[in-house]
Amino acid sequence: MSTRLASGGRLLNKGRALNFTFNGKRLNGFEGDTLASALLANDQMMVGRSFKYHRPRGVVASGAEEPNALFNMGEGETFEPNQRATTTELFDGLTCTSQNHWPSLEFDVGAINNKLFSRFLTAGFYYKMFIHPRPLWKHVYEPFIRQSAGLGKAPKDRDADKYEHFYAFTDVLVIGGGVAGLQAARAAGASGAKVMLIEQTAHWGGRAPVDGGTVDGAPVDKFVDEIVSELETMPNVTMRNRMMGAGVYDHGYVLGYERVNDHQPEVGGIRHRLWRIRATQIVTATGAIERPLSFAGNDLPGVMLAASIRDYAVNFGVSAGDRTVVVTNNDDAYRTAITLKNMGLDVPVILDARPDGGGDLALQARELGIRVENGKGIAKVKGGKRVEGVAICSQAGEGAVLEEIACDAVAMSGGWSPVVHLWSHCGGKLIWDEAQAHFRPDVDKAPTDATGEAFVIAAGSANGTLDLAGILTDADAAGKAAAKATGHTPKRKAAPKAEAEEANAMEATWLMPQGATIKLRMKSWLDFQNDVKVSDIQLAAREGFESVEHAKRYTTLGMATDQGKLSNINGLAILSDALNQPIPQTGTTTFRPPYTPISMASIAGEARGEIFQPIRRTPMQDWHEENGAFFEPVGAWRRAYTYQKPGESVENAVIREIDQTRDKLGLLDASTLGKIIVKGPDAGKFLDMLYTNMMSTLKPGRCRYGLMCTENGFLTDDGVVARIDEETFLCHTTTGGAETIHGHMEEWLQTEWWDWKVYTANVTEQYGQIAVVGPKARIALEKLTDDDISAEALAFMAFKDITLAGIPARAYRISFSGELSYEIAVAAGQARALWDALLEAGAEFGITPYGTEALHVMRAEKGFIMIGDETDGTVIPQDLNMQWAISKKKEDFLGKRAQERTFMADPNRWKLVGLDTLDGSVLPEGAYAVAEGNNANGQRNTQGRVTSTYYSPTLKRGIAMALVHNGPDRMGDVIDIPKVDGTVIKAKIVDPIFYDKDGEKQNV
Amino acid sequence: MLILECPCCGVVGEETEFAGGGEAHLKRFGPGSSEENFHDYLFAKENPKGVHFERWRHANGCGKWFHAARNTVTLEVYGTYSAQTYEPPQEIKDKVSAKVPGWSWREFA
Amino acid sequence: MSKAVSALQGASYQGYVTVEELGLRGMITLRGDLASAKLKSAVKVAAGVAVPKQRKVSLDGDVGVAWMSPDELLVMVPYEGVEGAIASIDKTLKGQHYLAVNVSDARAVFELRGDAAAEVIAKLCPVDMAPGQFGPGDFRRSRMAQVPAAFWMVDETTIRIVCFRSVADYVFKLLKDAAEPGGEVGHFG
Repeated sequence: MSTRLASGGRLLNKGRALNFTFNGKRLNGFEGDTLASALLANDQMMVGRSFKYHRPRGVVASGAEEPNALFNMGEGETFEPNQRATTTELFDGLTCTSQNHWPSLEFDVGAINNKLFSRFLTAGFYYKMFIHPRPLWKHVYEPFIRQSAGLGKAPKDRDADKYEHFYAFTDVLVIGGGVAGLQAARAAGASGAKVMLIEQTAHWGGRAPVDGGTVDGAPVDKFVDEIVSELETMPNVTMRNRMMGAGVYDHGYVLGYERVNDHQPEVGGIRHRLWRIRATQIVTATGAIERPLSFAGNDLPGVMLAASIRDYAVNFGVSAGDRTVVVTNNDDAYRTAITLKNMGLDVPVILDARPDGGGDLALQARELGIRVENGKGIAKVKGGKRVEGVAICSQAGEGAVLEEIACDAVAMSGGWSPVVHLWSHCGGKLIWDEAQAHFRPDVDKAPTDATGEAFVIAAGSANGTLDLAGILTDADAAGKAAAKATGHTPKRKAAPKAEAEEANAMEATWLMPQGATIKLRMKSWLDFQNDVKVSDIQLAAREGFESVEHAKRYTTLGMATDQGKLSNINGLAILSDALNQPIPQTGTTTFRPPYTPISMASIAGEARGEIFQPIRRTPMQDWHEENGAFFEPVGAWRRAYTYQKPGESVENAVIREIDQTRDKLGLLDASTLGKIIVKGPDAGKFLDMLYTNMMSTLKPGRCRYGLMCTENGFLTDDGVVARIDEETFLCHTTTGGAETIHGHMEEWLQTEWWDWKVYTANVTEQYGQIAVVGPKARIALEKLTDDDISAEALAFMAFKDITLAGIPARAYRISFSGELSYEIAVAAGQARALWDALLEAGAEFGITPYGTEALHVMRAEKGFIMIGDETDGTVIPQDLNMQWAISKKKEDFLGKRAQERTFMADPNRWKLVGLDTLDGSVLPEGAYAVAEGNNANGQRNTQGRVTSTYYSPTLKRGIAMALVHNGPDRMGDVIDIPKVDGTVIKAKIVDPIFYDKDGEKQNV
Repeated sequence: MLILECPCCGVVGEETEFAGGGEAHLKRFGPGSSEENFHDYLFAKENPKGVHFERWRHANGCGKWFHAARNTVTLEVYGTYSAQTYEPPQEIKDKVSAKVPGWSWREFA
Repeated sequence: MSKAVSALQGASYQGYVTVEELGLRGMITLRGDLASAKLKSAVKVAAGVAVPKQRKVSLDGDVGVAWMSPDELLVMVPYEGVEGAIASIDKTLKGQHYLAVNVSDARAVFELRGDAAAEVIAKLCPVDMAPGQFGPGDFRRSRMAQVPAAFWMVDETTIRIVCFRSVADYVFKLLKDAAEPGGEVGHFG
């Protein structure tokens, strides 16, 4: 029985009881409990079933390293799977369920795996078993495996909580608020450096108050209280608990995962805050993790890490059992025996695998009357769903049972591994410490920052120093070194002194007993979460998976959500032994952030819902929204595709808009078009380099359509350039091109032609731009202005500053529809007013706002190209028969040299034509025209592809533009264009200008 | 995530403020250049393991282009400098030499 | 003539920091040789303040000039005064190589008010907003969540932000979200 004790519980507020629900059962705990301690206090030793064999599993640890106690937490929109009970603070009303079992935790069908098939479910089993026959995988094996394996359930509802980021900057970041972190922060802070100290739990002091000891003559918990108070008064030190150092990245970037209100969800506000910290120096005082021992049955509920049993007793007043057998290879576990004994619990025996046993602590244990057996270990743990006893054997032997001892808990300790994760995330190297049998930071190979200097210092037990006296000295030095590296002068104050005790050296014990038979090894677990046993690693080695990275993937050792915090070193040692090579030669796997899983929502931060991404709005956006606009994304803009009337289909709305515009009057919000001012004595010369045609000869007051290519010759943007005055041009770009083309201009000006006198400014958003289009455009505008906008005063391809509806405006006589058209630019702040005025003035002419689809169809009817439709980054202007827009007079322009390359001049390039379907139907977008024969891959040869295709209401049939092999020379030819359904559409090659070939309508 | 100092506005900012722009000190080959030169100008870019010279733009900042001398392995930044120059300044070259004796990059060493 | 309107027409939100769109402000992008005497005098005439140093802003109430880049300033004047200011710049810089262009309508301006104003920025921009690191007189262009923005402190508890007009709605919602009660961080004391 695990139960709540009358004594102990330093972290509890026993005055406040809390209710919570586990698997529908109502249970009680206290404020200060973790979910794990509260479950143990309620004798809920079994907390889940294992991943593969569905074996019963209990709480093993008391912190972030816990592999078993993972729960589905919450319900509905606060539901979250795989939450660790050991790091979940209990709150009133907490609801959780266990995972990995069906139909119930106590009776689980999957456990049959364990009884009947465990012999077969060895390393690589899934791979070997299910690789053939292939079709069965998708429909039979995978669904079955997914049902029986896996961890918690995926949430179904939208997460109701709120998350955010925070950017912080500090000289020194200390990660870990144990005694090492506290002392490092104090030492660094004393220098005046800006220090940030973060701790993943709710408490300062780490495990020192549990382990005990004396610092400067006072008990260590008193020391912790004092140093915390001192740090709180230092203005240059900020402290934050419930905040984990999740990852260390390049140049001192650290992610801090703050669980703001997980412990008090009723408060609301922010649930998790992801801190994006830049630290000049980082001290990792992340402590050490105790390792399990590998003996048969080490996964039974009731077998726990020795220090965790101590934590539960001291911190939470919870005993894992009445009779606890301690099994160890080091002195530290004796503390557990002593603690339990002092709390009035029974410790039948301490099994010390070392032939010579322990030091001072062993003496103390013996003095308390605890039986200590040196050179002994556990052959096997007895019990089904929890520990009932242990069979003792000689560590040196093969597991012959010497004696059986009844007990209900086993406290195991295989030594301690420094938490080197954060040290390693950004490239810090490790060395193998033979004496302590662990990897620790290689101080000579720390991660380096932007200046090439080391920026991480490990401190305390994270640095491999496991005794209190050593930890404080090491941490003090680390804090001072970090402060110094940030340009501050540390105070010459000695480190606090702890009393050192005589300890005997630990002895590496990778398998218990060392000669365990295969039967025992098949029940000796390494990775509890992924169900990997000693025998699996040995099998992997036999099958040739000798690299640690291969063995890891083959067996899945360390690949669960705990990332092998308990299993990696033990697994590595077993592998090294199987390969008959020393551990450092086998090496270790790579530590990757985050240290423990962090919520996906914290990574997203504020970027959810309405602010998931920026949506750009034109000055007329409200009108579009209020008038039935069906939107399409164009870059980050949402442009009206068409405006549907009630009951009208999208297709019919487009047809109506085109008909009305061609017959009478249309209105388009063209505000998204890019507008870039280019000014200076060299502006003309610059634009001549940028555009394929000549811009320097453009007269002020006139407009010219131009093409822009990249240096490799491909068409990248197009638009109308207006010359404002001798030195000033306004370049219109495509909607998507505004920022890129402005960037492109600045790039050339800053990096190639920096001696040219040209300034640019992106004024895209300064203007709302409205296209007034159609035969009635002029008379409608004339209602709103006294200025002369007649064909003579404002000719096609000219512009003029006028006053329209009382608003200063610039009217460009340009047309992308083939109709009489004015593009009116006004200050964005007055664009909506002008839009409304135009609607009113145009009402008598049947003015019809139209969307981007009508725009597209009308331009296609006119054979105008569209960047992104006719071009795809591989098309040159010559492919589009636009030689007329390529100056022959200019010696140079961007793309000119590239267009002279042999491939670009190849007469076999596909060229632009129009396509007329024989049956009048609309060709599918992106369809290919096929040619005779097949290519080397057995695919049909092609001779062209459709670039734009629409139903033309003007012509009342399908029209298309296409790039076709020798197209312009094949007018009248009929080509085949297959559809996805296998049928073929026949289309005739025609001129791509379908409407008003001579351009009479736009030039009136 | 890198931090870079923009030499144009003095901001020491994180990578998300900047946009990488590829190899530095490109020599443009235009009309009249040989096929080989033009090909190399467009496509044969340096991709060294170690010392590298790059162009960056302070895109979410002052908008200016600049050059950075950095190490693609250690991620050390030796320095950032003006985009209006044909070769790395001596001071930058000296900094690289101090850290990586015997380095060379294209025609520079 | 109809009255010009700003993107959000003065929308505001009262959180633990107050967020307010300030309506239309006159703004001129002025590019040129910032060291030249003529440009300095043009700025003085147009805005009444001196050319600010690198990453600084010179302010006189709502009028001011911000340093945008080594060859660019943002001249801030009353909305109605823009044309006049540009005309005066044009006059002073006649014959020089420069660019002065009205960008008033291309921008949105927000103000944050409250003791924790800097904290709201620190949730959205990768900039050290700690006291002593960023204060009145400083001007910073950076990234605000997913869009470019610039900001400066009017005083310790007042920050102004400029962004593009098209993303005014996004930026307002960002600031609102960050200023929502329950999000207090308390990192800056």
